[in-house]
Amino acid sequence: MRNIGAIFLKQAKDTMKNKTILIQFFMFPLLAVVMENFMTIEGMEEHFFVRMFSAMYVGMAPLVSMSAVLAEEKETCTLKMLLMSDVKPFEYLLGTGSCIWLACMTGSCVLGLVGEYEGSVFFSFLLVMALGTAASLLVGAAVGTWSRNQMAAASLSVPLMLVFSFLPMLSMFNETIGRIARIVYSEQISILINGLGQQAAEPGNIAIVLLNIAAAFGCFVFVYRRCGLD
Amino acid sequence: MEDRIVLTNVVQRFGEKEVLKDVTLRVKAGEIFGLLGPSGAGKTTIIKIMTGQLRPTGGSAVTNGVPAAGLTGKMYRRIGMMMDEPGLYGRLSCYDNLKLFARLYAVPGRRIREVLEKVDLSEAAGRPVEKLSKGMKGRLALARAVMNEPDILFLDEPTSGLDPAATRQIHELILEEQAKGTTIFLTTHNMAEAEKLCHNIALLHEGSILEYGGPNEICRKYNHKKQIQIRLYDGRHLEACCGKDMGCGRETAEMIKKYLEQGLIETIHSTEPNLESVFMELTGRQLV
Repeated sequence: MRNIGAIFLKQAKDTMKNKTILIQFFMFPLLAVVMENFMTIEGMEEHFFVRMFSAMYVGMAPLVSMSAVLAEEKETCTLKMLLMSDVKPFEYLLGTGSCIWLACMTGSCVLGLVGEYEGSVFFSFLLVMALGTAASLLVGAAVGTWSRNQMAAASLSVPLMLVFSFLPMLSMFNETIGRIARIVYSEQISILINGLGQQAAEPGNIAIVLLNIAAAFGCFVFVYRRCGLD
Repeated sequence: MEDRIVLTNVVQRFGEKEVLKDVTLRVKAGEIFGLLGPSGAGKTTIIKIMTGQLRPTGGSAVTNGVPAAGLTGKMYRRIGMMMDEPGLYGRLSCYDNLKLFARLYAVPGRRIREVLEKVDLSEAAGRPVEKLSKGMKGRLALARAVMNEPDILFLDEPTSGLDPAATRQIHELILEEQAKGTTIFLTTHNMAEAEKLCHNIALLHEGSILEYGGPNEICRKYNHKKQIQIRLYDGRHLEACCGKDMGCGRETAEMIKKYLEQGLIETIHSTEPNLESVFMELTGRQLV
């Protein structure tokens, strides 16, 4: 527990000083604030931007930041130094992952407030975002573990991030994409968020998100066994 | 004195390439041991094997009484490391970098200030590591390596690319640690460094150990010329044979006596080779 705490604090300090990672956590919440307050299109659903950006946020911020942080630690050999200082790989991943998860949840809170969710709906919104963030974190951890350096991580995480974050939007315009996208967690997060306050969450939607989390975890374990952390 | 590090017939292959060939060496507790060799000789590979980062293809490696491949987290706490890459967090300050490891090693916070002072970085404590010079980063990496007061310190080319002042500071720190009883294993291609610091050295070339022993002992072993050089005040340079087995000792002694009586001798030097010359003789190439 001490090691996880030490890694968490280190990551929190480092994130505050890392502009490229920090922007991931603020970009969509900030965009949502701006768009919701300054953009009005006739016939547009209420809080359209919050719902769209929330799904995009889940698909982008945790994935890109987790993979970038892991790859940077590998590239600069800091991860090796940690592992040779009695830090277990799961301690490192928990410490780093929980810090990024918390940062994403802060962004989610902002999105929830901009979306004017209240009471139990607000907590449901956060719960949905928490599940989606967990799935993305695991995909990011797998990408970071697979990559030797930041460039390799970016070349893998950017296309994945584009797929996960843009699928919910693309599925609005194309039925075929919409049908395929249903098996992807970010689309399910979008469906769940769109239904908040209007209808009860379908167990099927949550099951798909949980299955995605399990698949991402399996993918991470496979990559970890193949490549290790150092 | 007990052995802290023992490598026995270690072989390391990467695919078809044999990087280490039957390497055997022992490092005693409390000594400074230097592994000398040019780039690509296999020095870092040996450190990786000793620290359990790499499992050798053949042979055995024992570090601090434990098979190196089986070193676990707790045992790593007794080992300090300064690798070729410093492994520091660039955006964090010197203090924060050390604080992370202080937390991991469960050493008290005051130890951070102690080691920062020791490596003369107290004034730079709040500065981000990415703003430090290479020498300062090296000192910070050394501070981190000694923070948990390890039994063994592995230093991979600790002064590579540093200016003379920074090099001298690192040397002083190494000697300080050794005086406290820490066993130090360092790799270098700087012969002067090895001669100055090391009790024992090994010359490594293309994965094989060519020579092993004390630096002076090795130099004496390759002193084939057995000559002394005399410089006189009138500017003359003389070389005189002094080998006992060469039968010229008496003549040389008489010559020196004569010049000494006349007060003509400015300097006398022995002509035994340095480690660079020994390495040249053994491999036909320079150490750097």
